[in-house]
Amino acid sequence: MVGTKVREQADTRQDVLVAPPSEVAAARSTGGEDFDALESIISVRGLDFFYGKEQALFDNHLEIKKNRVTAIIGPSGCGKSTHIRTYNRIYELYRDHKATGEVMFDGHNILAPGTDLLETRRRIGMIFQKPSPFPMTVFDNVAYGLRQHYKLNRSELSDRVEDALKRSALWDEVKRKLGEPGIALSGGQQQRLCIARCIATEPDVVLMDEPASAIDPVATAKIEELMESLKANYTIVIVTHNMQQAARVSDNTAFFYEGHIVEFGPTTQIFSNPQEKQTEDYITGRFS
Amino acid sequence: MSASAPASGHSLRADGGAPALAALRPRSHARRKAVDLLIKISAWAAAWFGIAVMLLIVWEVVRRGIGAIDLAFFTELPPVVGEEGGGLGNAILGTLVITTVAALIALPVGFLGGVWLAEFGRNGRIATGVRMVANVNMGIPSIVVGVFVFAALVKPLQHYSGFAGSIALAFIMLPVMARTTEDILNLVPNELRESGLAMGVPRWRVTLGVVIRAARSGLITGAVLATVRVAGETAPLLLTALSSPYWLDGLFGPEGFFGGPTANLTKTVYDFSGVPYERMQELAWGGALLIIVAVLGLNVLMRLIFQRGKEW
Repeated sequence: MVGTKVREQADTRQDVLVAPPSEVAAARSTGGEDFDALESIISVRGLDFFYGKEQALFDNHLEIKKNRVTAIIGPSGCGKSTHIRTYNRIYELYRDHKATGEVMFDGHNILAPGTDLLETRRRIGMIFQKPSPFPMTVFDNVAYGLRQHYKLNRSELSDRVEDALKRSALWDEVKRKLGEPGIALSGGQQQRLCIARCIATEPDVVLMDEPASAIDPVATAKIEELMESLKANYTIVIVTHNMQQAARVSDNTAFFYEGHIVEFGPTTQIFSNPQEKQTEDYITGRFS
Repeated sequence: MSASAPASGHSLRADGGAPALAALRPRSHARRKAVDLLIKISAWAAAWFGIAVMLLIVWEVVRRGIGAIDLAFFTELPPVVGEEGGGLGNAILGTLVITTVAALIALPVGFLGGVWLAEFGRNGRIATGVRMVANVNMGIPSIVVGVFVFAALVKPLQHYSGFAGSIALAFIMLPVMARTTEDILNLVPNELRESGLAMGVPRWRVTLGVVIRAARSGLITGAVLATVRVAGETAPLLLTALSSPYWLDGLFGPEGFFGGPTANLTKTVYDFSGVPYERMQELAWGGALLIIVAVLGLNVLMRLIFQRGKEW
């Protein structure tokens, strides 16, 4: 079953490579799809978040559309990262962080008690701002989640690792370095290693928390290309403070300001015809 | 209302619109340079004072002790009073055994305690209490630990033993190991913990497979240094292991590890340095030299092996 998925993936990637980015953007802007009719994979309703007594998110409502790239933009400290960190409840690592409301995923509220966090986190993976390879070899980094979640024999495991590295556009650069420590790779390679590690376990959603802010422009371009090819099989949510990046890679955009979602809609609409004054001011650079 | 540009070249505002600021008056460079020099010299002198004292001690111990070090030093029993020859073989063996047993008791417990403090207890009320107790225990004079183990173990059993010495040393090592482990794990960035958990891996596996792994070189160094530190302790052994002119022999007999006083380097150095016999004094210097070389050597070795330090 996974084999087919990979083949489909390869086809899609070719399509993407054939079509110049401008045409892809044009196809999007003509409004080829009905935004409201698209299937949501995650539905956020009435989400509030607290750092101790301080409230950081206020009544967030958001629909993450399946197999689309959703960008979350807004000024520093507006709650972008805080928002997506509720999708996998990673905030629970910290004692006084608390979220209330609903994050519906597959018919179940992730925030409710009784959520199988291990399976939820397998299905909703996360890439962090700072590349964070584990202190082990390149191979073991990618195999880490696979070993945790699946029964695989040795050859299945190495096939999976190779496949994940290929889909992360990293294979050619590391195929002779699989036994070297992950930390020995360059920053951009480390980030793609983290993406490979994440998609190896076949998640449904990939959360990216400013994935390109700690790496150079060339590596950033590679990661943006990668997102385009990944979205055939995955739903991507990317937090970014870089508006050009949001415009380039995303289908839908949510604009956050001081913990509120000011505006949410197709990226073309948000960037060319924003409905809210605050959104317009932000994307035109009138305030920061 | 436009004011003319301020006359002073030091003014930051020359836009004419704002009220003119008072001109900046530079402070004396000569005075700042003098203070800078004074502080540099003081710091340099203080550092070299400390180093010089240490070098003097090492030099004196090497000078006086080097003559005692030969094969017999490691393999033979001490001479009887007034005789020549002999060595500190029994004391060296005793110290190795006492310290090893202490490490086997204290390191695992201290390590797990430190892991709990850093990864699970953190800033909770219990952890804060545990951390405070550990800090206080680290500050207890080691003779007090000796008295405590004497009262708790030696007195009830009616005999000294090497094992009682191990318990005393373990008691000193435990908080050191726990706090060292906690400090080192706290250096591991939280991103790594988050990345592990975000993979859908349970907390304990992230702790073992990622966090501890990332900190392993620091943890090994910490464990070795904690062990080396207590290997040079004398006071806790005075009232526990005591000393013995014989070889450690078996477990429960009168010369056994659990059964009776056990020879050890530090107590032997203490005893032999106070007797009016030249050969014994020489052996004491030799023992002191061995302890210093072992402690310094392991410190240096650890730094050489893990020079890179951070591996994450």
